This record gives sequence, structure tokens and C-alpha cells, in this order.
Amino acid sequence: MGVRTWIEGWPVYRQLTGTDPLGRGAAAQSARSKGLSARTGTVDSMARSVCPYCAVGCGQRIFVTDGKVVQIEGDPDSPISRGRLCPKGSASKSLVTSDRRQTRVRYRRPFGTGWEDLDLDTAMDMIADRVLQARDATWEDRDSGGRPLNRTLGIASLGGATLDNEENYLIKKLFTALGAIQIENQARI
Amino acid sequence: MAEAHPVGFQYVVEAKNRGARVIHVDPRFTRTSALAHTYVPMRAGADIAFLGGVINYILANEKDFREYVVAYTNASMIVGEDFQDTEDLDGLFSGFDPDLRVYDQSTWQYAGQGDVGQPEGAAHADRETASGLEQESHGPPVPADVPRDPTLQHPRCVYQILRRHYARYTPEVVERVCGVPRDQFLEVCAAWTANSGRERTTALVYSVGWTQHSVGVQYIRAGAIIQLLLGNMGRPGGGVMALRGHASIQGSTDIPTLFNLLPGYLPMPHHRQHETFRQWVDAIRHPEQQGFWANAEAYAVSLLKAYWGDAARPENDWGYGWLPRLTGDHGTYQQVLDMIDGRIKGYFLLGQNPAVGSAHGKAQRLGMANLDWLVVRDLFEIESATFWKDGPEVATGEIVPERCRTEVFLMPAASHAEKEGTFTQTQRLLQWREKALDPPGDCRSELWFFHHLGRLVRERLAGSTRPRDQGILNLTWPDEEPSGEDVLREINGFDVVTGEPVPNFTALKADGSTACGCWIYSGVFQDGVNQAARRKPGSEQDWVAREWGWAWPSDRRTLYNRASADPEGRPWSERKKYVWWDPDAGEWTGYDVPDFEKNKPPGYRPPDGATGVEAISGDDAFIMQGDGKGWLYAPSGLIDGPLPAHYEPAESTVRNPLYGRQANPTHKVYDRADSPINPRSAVYPYVFTTSRLTEHHTAGGMSRQLAYLSELQPEMFVEVSPELATERGLEHRGWAHIVTTRAAIEARVMVTDRLRPLRVDGRVVHQIWLPYHWGGQGLVTGDSANDLIGIALDPNVLIQESKAGTCDIRPGRRPTGGDLLAYVEQYRRRAENNDG
Ligand code: SF4
Repeated sequence: MGVRTWIEGWPVYRQLTGTDPLGRGAAAQSARSKGLSARTGTVDSMARSVCPYCAVGCGQRIFVTDGKVVQIEGDPDSPISRGRLCPKGSASKSLVTSDRRQTRVRYRRPFGTGWEDLDLDTAMDMIADRVLQARDATWEDRDSGGRPLNRTLGIASLGGATLDNEENYLIKKLFTALGAIQIENQARI
Repeated sequence: MAEAHPVGFQYVVEAKNRGARVIHVDPRFTRTSALAHTYVPMRAGADIAFLGGVINYILANEKDFREYVVAYTNASMIVGEDFQDTEDLDGLFSGFDPDLRVYDQSTWQYAGQGDVGQPEGAAHADRETASGLEQESHGPPVPADVPRDPTLQHPRCVYQILRRHYARYTPEVVERVCGVPRDQFLEVCAAWTANSGRERTTALVYSVGWTQHSVGVQYIRAGAIIQLLLGNMGRPGGGVMALRGHASIQGSTDIPTLFNLLPGYLPMPHHRQHETFRQWVDAIRHPEQQGFWANAEAYAVSLLKAYWGDAARPENDWGYGWLPRLTGDHGTYQQVLDMIDGRIKGYFLLGQNPAVGSAHGKAQRLGMANLDWLVVRDLFEIESATFWKDGPEVATGEIVPERCRTEVFLMPAASHAEKEGTFTQTQRLLQWREKALDPPGDCRSELWFFHHLGRLVRERLAGSTRPRDQGILNLTWPDEEPSGEDVLREINGFDVVTGEPVPNFTALKADGSTACGCWIYSGVFQDGVNQAARRKPGSEQDWVAREWGWAWPSDRRTLYNRASADPEGRPWSERKKYVWWDPDAGEWTGYDVPDFEKNKPPGYRPPDGATGVEAISGDDAFIMQGDGKGWLYAPSGLIDGPLPAHYEPAESTVRNPLYGRQANPTHKVYDRADSPINPRSAVYPYVFTTSRLTEHHTAGGMSRQLAYLSELQPEMFVEVSPELATERGLEHRGWAHIVTTRAAIEARVMVTDRLRPLRVDGRVVHQIWLPYHWGGQGLVTGDSANDLIGIALDPNVLIQESKAGTCDIRPGRRPTGGDLLAYVEQYRRRAENNDG
């Protein structure tokens, strides 16, 4: 290594003479960091998404490699967030990849003291049966004046503000056709 | 805003750097206060006194933007002779029925319209069904031909009524009620008015700090009155901005999972008011009314066509008979009490955690413990899924697992990365999310879950001839799983013959030739293109960024933007130009999509007897209102009065200094022993309020499970002022417990001058602040602030008062087990006997 290279390799020299007077970019780069590349550069795919927490609606880029989310970043294209995310948005990779996430159906039987395993299809069948039983047991055709009611007060549902519009649409459509009216979400609280 | 909507706050900081003045009014000093020019501490629950004081300042000093006010608001309209104000009746408006605790609103009407007012029976039904919410997108009915006095001198014109109503809201009264010193209050008034008018606009930003009150809707009304008087509505840099707290809480209001609404703010039918299709449609469109709601039949028929397809025919009233009917209050709090009473059998929780996030946590959990079955769909094992094994009531013995009958299905959900679809953010902007990957294991989206639930239910009912099953059997419900875009196309609407998407809601028909799942979202699939997926980089667009996402209605980014031009259609000023009339082209133009008929000139005046869209004048900027005007005074539609008046919160430490009426006379409470409200008593001497931390989200289901966020905010705490700490012997970082008539919870103490004692009505009021994110599950756990809060609801929208309550605070941890119940009970008895 010549003297000149040696001096130019000194960060403070680069900071004073180069384009990075604050020493927060190229001036501070070491040989090791120069050789690094962002993990977002080598991913299999990137999806353009939106932060799932508050209603500011910050843009996110979700990077996927080998079927796993490897990074979630702010989307610089978004005119709302211009690449920024707050602590919650920045932590959303761990929301998606957390090993605390439930990935299997859990079932607690009446009077049970712990969770049991249950197959997804079986759970769906059991829920469909229970919806129809509750509906039949509490069905109201008409009020005392003979006016139509067409409903059940035996079923309730709560939640929707974290879900997609398309999902809320189907939820309301299905429950309404079943005569279930006690449908509510976070907007009521 | 800096705490709960941090990335949105970047624009406030940027505006500040460019010279804007930032004022923050809040009971607690926050990150927002730290960056504001002026921080104004005030008593929680006294906002209408504060805002009323601002209104009084504007009117007494004639600081209103007079040209705007005369042209675009109802200031000049004359109210009927029989109207009496709270000033005349010591806190009541005319028409109060003390038995039902609602108003007969007929005397609130404009002159000559008395007969169209709402009688108390209807008002009662409206409170029970939260009908006020329908007006999110339209005003209630009023005829267009109202007598006016454009000089604003007539003693019964709205302007003069407003003056008299707020005359007593002087700076001295504001100081007495809110604890805000006179000079500081006047500083806010001067800044707000100086920064409004032709050349300048002021934005008003609020969140649930305003909605979660027993007078919440009137808080926002008061803010809207100021913004209308100052000409800040429909103009760039102005407005009343609601910052909403969930990714798509706006969307789930527009396409509602709410009991009282159908998509696009169409009302769920009420058994008496809407027995027939015709009654239902006429109640929405008000045949005599002007404005776009006159076309409601097209929106309603198109929704029924989207639901029931070919089975919706003119001869069966498009399937109207299959819609279920409301009979009263079916809201979430009523439901919880019904669960306790054993009336509800099954409950779905879809990404919501009421065991922590809803008021009166004990009632929530006891309700869930008395169901036949509960389906929890969530990413994590949240408190609402585990109340039966380790909730607070298990510790007190009120729930015993072996005796708790609720069958629980915990169904893992897909995350936002694992499904495609739209969120509607806080400014009505729909943004499409691409799917990044498949969900793991048994995790599924709601789209999947509800599609298959519907399929399974329909299979089981196939062939049934029972009338009750025809609605579900005739439902349009494909056998194959739909994609998000398939559903979005149905929401947009289409021609039922060709299947082509409709371009926007003006193309919808009442003859059954169009179907549309949500009329206000019509246009999101214009030209067969998913407009919500538009992502032209912000850096390649102007500041309105119209090619990013899609806003309802019809991609208009600022509502009522006709008001950004003067009555003749010219920008109010070069600086504030936004949308204006181009006389050569014969159309409205500008930076945004005009919120007005494109080719209707400013000088257009409707012919006599016109109704609907034709009746909208060329200078009626508020096109969804029945009279085209911004309402300073609401002649109908609000349960609790045509004007905001200061009432104390349902739980308050002071007597109402303004009226004999202590609390909102029409607010809703459930009169039963297990839903108690603190009496005004020295036993509960302090005011408390709750809010969010930047690092956590709502009931913690998406944040206390995450390592980073848990590390940043690891523990439940309570903030108290140094003065209160001294008064009660509380030690910084030590334990304290907080007590109301419903619960006692414990928290670590943070002694901080972020909270300051205030002088209110001659005495010191201490305020306590709590975050509400904690519960028993997750990486970090703690007691839930919502356990403290009671069920006292705003009468218009049935939202609970969780931003102002009374409590006691004591050093040390709370008792445990059965002792905890005895401790809370002992407080309750002392309060009842009024022995402080
Ligand atoms: S990053 Fe923060 S501010 Fe942005 S949407 Fe997410 S939670 Fe809201």
C-alpha cells in the first residue's frame, strides 16, 4: 500500500476532502462495509404493500427470499410516507415472521383446562354447524306487530378495522344474508 | 399526532420549518407538544367550553370570513320562532322529553319547516340505532327553500343564534371550566383567526381524544363550526382532519362491519321505520331534497343486485324482504351485556381484542365466558382467546375454567403481507397491497375464511324451502374462492348484462341494470383498472399526487373543494388556489378532481321546484347537504342538540359551571348493577385519561408480541404530576394502583411535569394519564387501563366515554384474588354513602 493510498484510506481525510463533510456516508466506509451489499438487492421478489398498524397508510416494500420475508422497508415512492416508517411499521417484519405467531388451529372444549389440536377443515365444519344451530335456535321471523324481522340475535361479530375492504365486504354480505345483525368493529370504540 | 401518527406528523414539522405556527391543546405534554410553538394544557372533557370560547371570540370580534360564511354556510338561514336555546332553558334545548331523555326536534327547524322535524319517538329510535353515523357522508333532510337574511342581522338567523348561544363562553369562563389561563387562550384565538381567511388557512387535527366522550360528536361539530366561520373548509391547508387509528378503520366504516349500516352509509333497515322497500329508500333519499342523496334508490337497488344477483327482481323489491331488521341498540356494548345475560350464543372476533381494548374489561370477559362458542381469528394468542384460563377473573375466582362453558376456536389469521387487498387510510385513500407470500400453516385470510364459511353454510342448507333460508341460498356466492380483485370489482359495480365495470356512481341505475357493492367506492375499478393499485412515485407528481391510490368519492382528494373558489368560481387567492371555474372551457378545473358537477357554472340557479342534483346551485359548495350549505347550526339529525353546549363528562369531579344540566342530557347508559358509573364523590377525586404510546398499538395484540416494541415500552405505567405524587405519597418508579367503581389496576409510577395540576372553578384538579395497551398475554404484560372505564355512550354514535373519567390513586400494588373484589366494593360503598 503506497503512502497516498494509505492517506486516502484514512476516513478523516476523505471526510475533509470529499463530498461527505459530515462523515456519515462514503467517507466513513471501511473496506469491509464497501464489500457488503444490501440483502434487499438479492431477493427473489418484492411486494409493494402498506403498513398494517395505524391509518396514516405508510407505504412498505416487503422483500422475500426462499419463501421467507427477509426485510420490510418504507417505500420511498409513497407520497404519504416518502420512505419513512415509525417504530411499529419498522417492526412489522417481526410481526410477520414472529415465532410467537399462531400457525395451527387451537381448540378449547367447554369446561376444558387447556388447548387441543384441531384440523382446519374439521374446525370449519364445526363452526358452520354452530352458526346454523345458533341461528335456528334464536331466529325471529316477525315482531309482535307482524312486521318482518328476519334475523337472529344469537350471533355477534367484532372486528374489521385491521382487515381489507374486500374482506369486510364479504363479512357483512354473509352475515346480513344469514340474518345476523350484531356486527361491529373498532370504529365503535 | 407525533405519538400516534408519527409519519403523518412529518408534514406538520415541515410546515413548521416553512413558517407555520403549531398549537397543541392536550391534557398531557407529549412529543407533539415538544415540537409545537404553543402547548396548552387543559382539563380532559372540557373541550366544548374551549372551542365555544373560540367561537365567541370570532363572533364578538367579527373575525369570521364573511364572504365565505354568507355564501357557503347556513349562517343566514332563519330558524323557526319556537326554538329555545340552552341559554333560555339552563342547559336544555326546546323539545326535551324527560322520560325518554331525547328531543322532539321540530322546534329546531328553519322557519316555515316546523312540520318536517323529527318527533321524539323517531329520535329515540335514532339514538338506539346510532343513526347519526349515517351522516358520515350526507346531511340529514332539509328543504332547500329556506328564508334567509344575507345581512346576518335577523335575530333568528343562525349567525345571531350562534352569537347568543356562545356569548357566555368568555375567556374568563374558559379559564374557569378548562383551567386554561386567559392570556394563553387569547393567544390561541388570535393565532387561529389571524391565520385564516383569503390568503391563509388553518388545519384542525383530532383523534379519538375527541370522539371518545359522551358528547363526542358535538366536540367535532364545535371544531367544524370554527373552521366554517373562518373559511377553512374545502380549501388546501384547511379542514378538520380525523386521524384514525387502524390501517383500514375508515374502510370498515365505509364498507361497514357495523350493526346500523350497509355499505356506503345506507342504513340497515329498522323494523318500524323501514318496513317496506319504499319506506327504506325514501328515508334515505328524502324525495324533496336537493343533492346527490336524491339518487339513493340507484345506490340501494345496485347494492341489492350485488347481494342477490338475478334473484333480486322488481317484483320482490330486489330482495329487500331478505334483509334483517333492527329494533333498537344492537351495538357492541349492548351485545356484551346480552352475553352476560346469556342471550348470545356465538361470537366472532376478527382481529379485535375486547378483553383489553374495550371499555369495562370485566364485563367483556364475563360476557365471553358465558357463550356457547367463540371464534377468535388473530395472529397471536390474545387475551380474548385466553380469558377462560388466565384472565383477571380467573385470579379473582369469578371465572373457573372447569365451570366455564365457552367453546373456543382460535383460528390463525394471515398477516397483511400474506394477502392482497385494499386498506382505506385516514384521508379516504384506498391503497392496494400486493401479496408477498403465502400464509404459514393453518393461517388464512378473512377472505378465505368467510368464503368457505359461506360455502359450508350454503351446502348445509341446499334445497331448503324455509323462507328464512332463501336470502342465504340466493346470495351471489361463487363456489370458487374469489380473489381480492374479484371482490373489488363487485364493490366498484358493473353492468349486469355486459359485466363491464361502471365508471362511477353517477352511472348506477335504479332499474336493476347495475350492481354495486358500495356506491361511494364506485370508480375504484374505472376502465377495468384497479385504480387503488396506482403507484406513480410521489417524486414524479405534483403535491396532490393524484396518481397514487384512489380516494372516494370519485378520486376527490379534498372534500367540498368547490369552496376553495369564491362564489363566482375564482380562487379566493393565488396562494390558496385549488379548484376553480374555467369559463372558456366551461368546466371546473384545478389540482384536484372538482367535488362538484364538472360543467355546472357558478352562476347556475335551480328552477323552481327542482329537487336532487338539479337543485344544487352553482355556489352550493357542500353538495351532499340537503341545502348545499355547511352547517353552523344543525336543524335536525343530531340527538343532543343543534349546537354544541358544554356538559361535564358522565364522570366528573366538578359541577357544570355553565348550566344546571351536569352531563349530556341524552347520553346513553345501561342502568344495571354490573355497569356502574362513578358518582361525583370525594372518593374518586381525580380525573384520568388514556391514550397511545408510539411504540404500541391499541390492545397490544400486534405490538406486545414483538420483541423490539416490547423492549422499547416494557411496562404498564401511570403518569402523575409531582404535586399529586406528594399529595398521595407516590414514588417515581414505585407501584401505584388506580381505582374506579369497576376495577382497581396497578402500574408503575412515572412522576413527571408532563402533567400539571389545573385550577378549575376555584380549586385544583389533578389529572392522571395512562396508556391502555397492556393485558395478560405477550412478551410484556400488565393490567388493562380499559378495566377502569365505564359504559357511558355518545347518543349519536354509541361510542364510549373513555377519555375522561374519575378515579382514586394510591401507592402500592392492588390487592389480589377475592380481596381485590372486596376492595373495589368497599370504594363503591363509600362513594354511595358519600363519605370521602
Ligand atoms: S409506519 Fe407508523 S405512522 Fe406509518 S402507518 Fe405504520 S404505524 Fe402508522
